[in-house]
Amino acid sequence: MSHLAIAPILIPLLTGILLLLGTGRPLKVQRSISFLSVTAQLCVATALIVGAARGDYTVYALGNWAPPFGIVLVVDRLSALMVFTTVVLAFFSLCYAVRNNDKPADSLHSVVHFLLMGVNGAFLTGDLFNLFVFFEVLLIASYTLLLHGGGAARIKSGLHYVLLNLFGSSLFLIAAAILYSVTGTLNMADMAVKVANATPAQIPLLTAGALLLLVVFGLKAAMVPMYFWLPRAYASASAPVAAMFCIMTKIGLYAIIRFYTLVFGNDAGALANIAQPFLWPLALITLALGATGALAARELRLQIAYLVIVSVGTLLAGIALNNTAALGATLYYLVHSTWVCGALFLLADIIMRQRGATADRIITGPAVRQAVKLGGLFFIAAAAIIGMPPLSGFIGKLMILKSAETDQQTFWLWSIVLLASFVMIIALSRSGSTIFWRTENRVAKADKADRGALLTVICMLSLTLVLSLAGDPVVRFTQALAQQTMTPSLYINAVLGHQPISRAHAPGAAHD
Amino acid sequence: MELLMATVIAVLTSCGVYLLLRGRTFPIILGLTLLTYGVNLFIFVSGRLSPGSSTIIGVGEQYADPIPQALVLTAIVISFAMTAFVLVLALRARAELGNDHVDGRISVEDVNS
Repeated sequence: MSHLAIAPILIPLLTGILLLLGTGRPLKVQRSISFLSVTAQLCVATALIVGAARGDYTVYALGNWAPPFGIVLVVDRLSALMVFTTVVLAFFSLCYAVRNNDKPADSLHSVVHFLLMGVNGAFLTGDLFNLFVFFEVLLIASYTLLLHGGGAARIKSGLHYVLLNLFGSSLFLIAAAILYSVTGTLNMADMAVKVANATPAQIPLLTAGALLLLVVFGLKAAMVPMYFWLPRAYASASAPVAAMFCIMTKIGLYAIIRFYTLVFGNDAGALANIAQPFLWPLALITLALGATGALAARELRLQIAYLVIVSVGTLLAGIALNNTAALGATLYYLVHSTWVCGALFLLADIIMRQRGATADRIITGPAVRQAVKLGGLFFIAAAAIIGMPPLSGFIGKLMILKSAETDQQTFWLWSIVLLASFVMIIALSRSGSTIFWRTENRVAKADKADRGALLTVICMLSLTLVLSLAGDPVVRFTQALAQQTMTPSLYINAVLGHQPISRAHAPGAAHD
Repeated sequence: MELLMATVIAVLTSCGVYLLLRGRTFPIILGLTLLTYGVNLFIFVSGRLSPGSSTIIGVGEQYADPIPQALVLTAIVISFAMTAFVLVLALRARAELGNDHVDGRISVEDVNS
């Protein structure tokens, strides 16, 4: 049996511990360890995605305990893609942190690796309670990262974030306990079987558990009405952390996709597709409010944080459509929006450093020193996030729009998504023209942008170009992924049919 | 027994939620603590109430479900660590912001920033 499936959890865990032990060591040593680790994770994630692309499930039973009794890690197309997206984002965020971050970075690297461990674990696990544990791991790392650097604004938004998520964790536990008390299992594949065969007496409790979990995942995904923590938190975090956090909302979205296609999906009998009627209106409201927030924002980073909410709304709408084409399009758009939002946060930081005391407020200030270069990059990033052709945002959005099935869906989806895009054009052109053109007649005293940092942003933005140039294979992959995810029986058979390795074949058995 | 358990969980949860809705950090942390107590008891009873039975199969006629007991241990450890973290954070916020309101101080700088 290959141990590759657990590598995305073990590598960051060991790196994090190693970096903690070497806290006093020179920054150079810490950075090289950190980079070595993230490059190794990139290799592992690529290997996982290549393996998953063939369409098989890799089931890794921890401690060789057979499912459904032991905890399993499951690699399929969905989890492999999510891990890959995370690691790429982390790689660029770390590049930026090394080149352009404030010096007190002593513990930053180790905490980033603990965050990666939690995120990768959440994507890979096939056990509900284990998902809770990985959520907690990534949350406590994210609390630390959010507060990294200190300052009143960070403490204030951090306090909201921490308290809300602690409440969310309690809800998660209640929901998991309800589902366990009815189904008697925590393995998601086994739970899907039990839910499909639920007796009428069990249905009310199962409904309560499922919808409570939707609240928890919605809180993580920043779905209306639980998104109020996000804009301030992201806007006050340091740039590499804000870029890393672009994956955080996607964890909630991943959990929604996984849980409500597998356990409460099409095959769940009386409880089939329990979340979708709630998701659809909430998604559209999230979309509309996010766009309004972007228009109203008076700081560039706050505006980008609202753009994250807009992308969450778009993705939720794609999930709520609940068909294969829509899910494939959603995942394509998810990868695009994660990377572009990350790039935007980094770019905003570079721009901010060249505006002196005006920082990232969208008001007339001193001219940006490298206005042409940064303005050009900002234009490309804005076009990508709005979804203008020929960049990948356009392809993703168009595919989501096209996958609406009924007339009513088409009406609401097209009108709200297109209106939101229009509002985003207004908001971003207003902030771009204010920052780069409507300036005072002087240039702020600031250093030129660090070459490496600039290169990082350029590389991240070129990923959107790659996503559109290589559109055909990527879209074929995400469509195959959607096909696989929408057929929960494949997942269930793979997990429940997994055989533990017999001792005769285990290495070292000859010595016994 | 069932009634007693249910009442205890209900009282803990409702007190916790009430305190969570307060505006200052200290009552909120107390509320979170009460809530996690309620949640821990809830997880514990999700394996059914079976007095006087051990969690080992084959020792007696009845056995208790061991999984919720393992889960509740994990939940206790995590909530304990999180409470410690949020306490330190609340103290830090008290020092940085000058008061213990969750929204911090409302001043001119805050409105402009």
